[in-house]
Amino acid sequence: MEPLVELKHVAFGYGAQPVLEDISLHIHPGQFAALVGPSGAGKTSLLKLILGTLQPTQGQILIGGQSDRSRSPAQVGYVPQLEAVDWNFPVTVGEAVLMGRVRRSGIWPWATAEDKRRLRDILEQLGIGGLAGRHIRDLSGGQQQRVFLARALICQPDLLVLDEPTTGVDIRNAETLLHLLAELNNAGMTILITTHDLNTAAAHLPWVVCLNRRVIAEGPPEEIFTTEILNETYQGDMLVIRQDGMLFVQQKPHGHTYHDIIPHPVPGEMHVDHAHTDHVPTDHVHTDHAHADHVHTDHVLTDHVHTDPIPTMEAADGRSA
Amino acid sequence: MAGLLEPFQFEFFRNGTLAAVVVGGLCGLIGVYIVLRGMSYIGHGLSHAIFGGAVVTYLLSINFYLGAGLWGFIAAVLINQTVRRTKINADAAIGVITTASFATGVALISRTRHFNLNFDAALFGNILGVSQSDVWVVVGVSALIAITIFFMYKQLLFTTFQAEVAEVYGVKTQWVDTLFALILAATLIVSMQILGVTLIAAALIIPAITARLLTDSFNRMGVISIIVGALTGLLGMYLSYYMDIASGASIVLLQAVVFTVVLLISSLRKTASRRLVQTDV
Repeated sequence: MEPLVELKHVAFGYGAQPVLEDISLHIHPGQFAALVGPSGAGKTSLLKLILGTLQPTQGQILIGGQSDRSRSPAQVGYVPQLEAVDWNFPVTVGEAVLMGRVRRSGIWPWATAEDKRRLRDILEQLGIGGLAGRHIRDLSGGQQQRVFLARALICQPDLLVLDEPTTGVDIRNAETLLHLLAELNNAGMTILITTHDLNTAAAHLPWVVCLNRRVIAEGPPEEIFTTEILNETYQGDMLVIRQDGMLFVQQKPHGHTYHDIIPHPVPGEMHVDHAHTDHVPTDHVHTDHAHADHVHTDHVLTDHVHTDPIPTMEAADGRSA
Repeated sequence: MAGLLEPFQFEFFRNGTLAAVVVGGLCGLIGVYIVLRGMSYIGHGLSHAIFGGAVVTYLLSINFYLGAGLWGFIAAVLINQTVRRTKINADAAIGVITTASFATGVALISRTRHFNLNFDAALFGNILGVSQSDVWVVVGVSALIAITIFFMYKQLLFTTFQAEVAEVYGVKTQWVDTLFALILAATLIVSMQILGVTLIAAALIIPAITARLLTDSFNRMGVISIIVGALTGLLGMYLSYYMDIASGASIVLLQAVVFTVVLLISSLRKTASRRLVQTDV
């Protein structure tokens, strides 16, 4: 199947400072993927390259098989970070959502009957029907997020791109939004998001790309969320904990022990993945740094918390007893 | 009633009033975009830049509207491009480009000993000097700008709200910015004779921010701003006639009064609604 988004050895920088180096990625139709990485890793720059608002200094980006976005048959819907929105701008929910129809609703400044029908339908579908006349500031964080999702969806895109959609909204609204995105993805929409929240990515997203100026690894979170890969991505000490089929990621604060993070572990099978020396090469890790491990319990060093004494991080890292 | 119509027996008042109403409405319309783009200072800066252009056109003996308009347009495009392509903010770009343009005018005047252009009219406006043909120019340019904004409404709104996102949705924001620079330069040129270089900025901003206090809808903000601009143009002309003060100053002072009243009312309304909420709790 031809990829909807294809990046071939893409590099980008601001002036002499490189932001992204040798990025090669494929996003296939129907895929739901997330870019994860620390602040300054180039996530938003990569999104903007895909969206066409930044141009690569090297390499090629194809959307729907075309390098020229204006001729590309693929429609892209974009939801920016909520923090980037001017909430004092005098615009109602209806006016904001209809901006998504800017290229499709003719030359007249007013909304057509088709625009109004689509507006009504999309607001109803996203559970914000009846709010069309409200100012965008007078909504909850979750509703505000849905307004800009509605604007992206009203143009019926092939690719939906969201920049940090869970930032600035509470846990419940973040969960609801991700379920909504999963539903859209099940209906066939290709979705690409950026997120800081590794635990959300682990719980909800089928495919993640670990980025820090270059692609460190990509694959399902249960396979690529290992301490080795995450340490390399975040340039820090990351701890990956698996319990009852769930995956948790925690950054180990400097000088703290495992007890500080999980003082009272709950019963159940818990595995703690630590950085170690028995590296297992993997297909998901990009080739120039391919000695990371999968977090499969049968071949990595794990500590069974419910039976063994809980090790300190230092002990697990093999640095001290 | 007869008293209200009395000034209209004079041709200069008829011409001046028509021009003031149209220019007031036009500045109200353009001001909405300027205020929402966070470029309130651009009216002030560009009017000074155009002043520099006016000196150059005078010395080169070319048509004022053409020369000064082109000068203002180039200055506005330079400001847009500087903001887009560098880390320099809009206020700094406006400060550098427009002041350099103004300084060019001042330098040329100081070099030319036989310079005898009357600057009072350019600085403070000269409503008495508005001829029938000037009125036609003002009405024609304003109509052209209004039609352009009518058909570019969606693109202008999206670019003003979120330029980068608008580009993703297929709006040619660079083209929209260039067109807006042209519109702004044309607005300043036709407003200069009525309001003067020093007062255009206020006429661009005050109706728009007054409207912003009254509504949260972009469409309504545009309509209210045009009405405030046009009405203060009309009433300012009366004030100018009966109190014998400069027309540009009377229009701007009236706008400032309207803004102050609206600000007070909206502050009182906010305080009252806050108290209501506290009482309910």
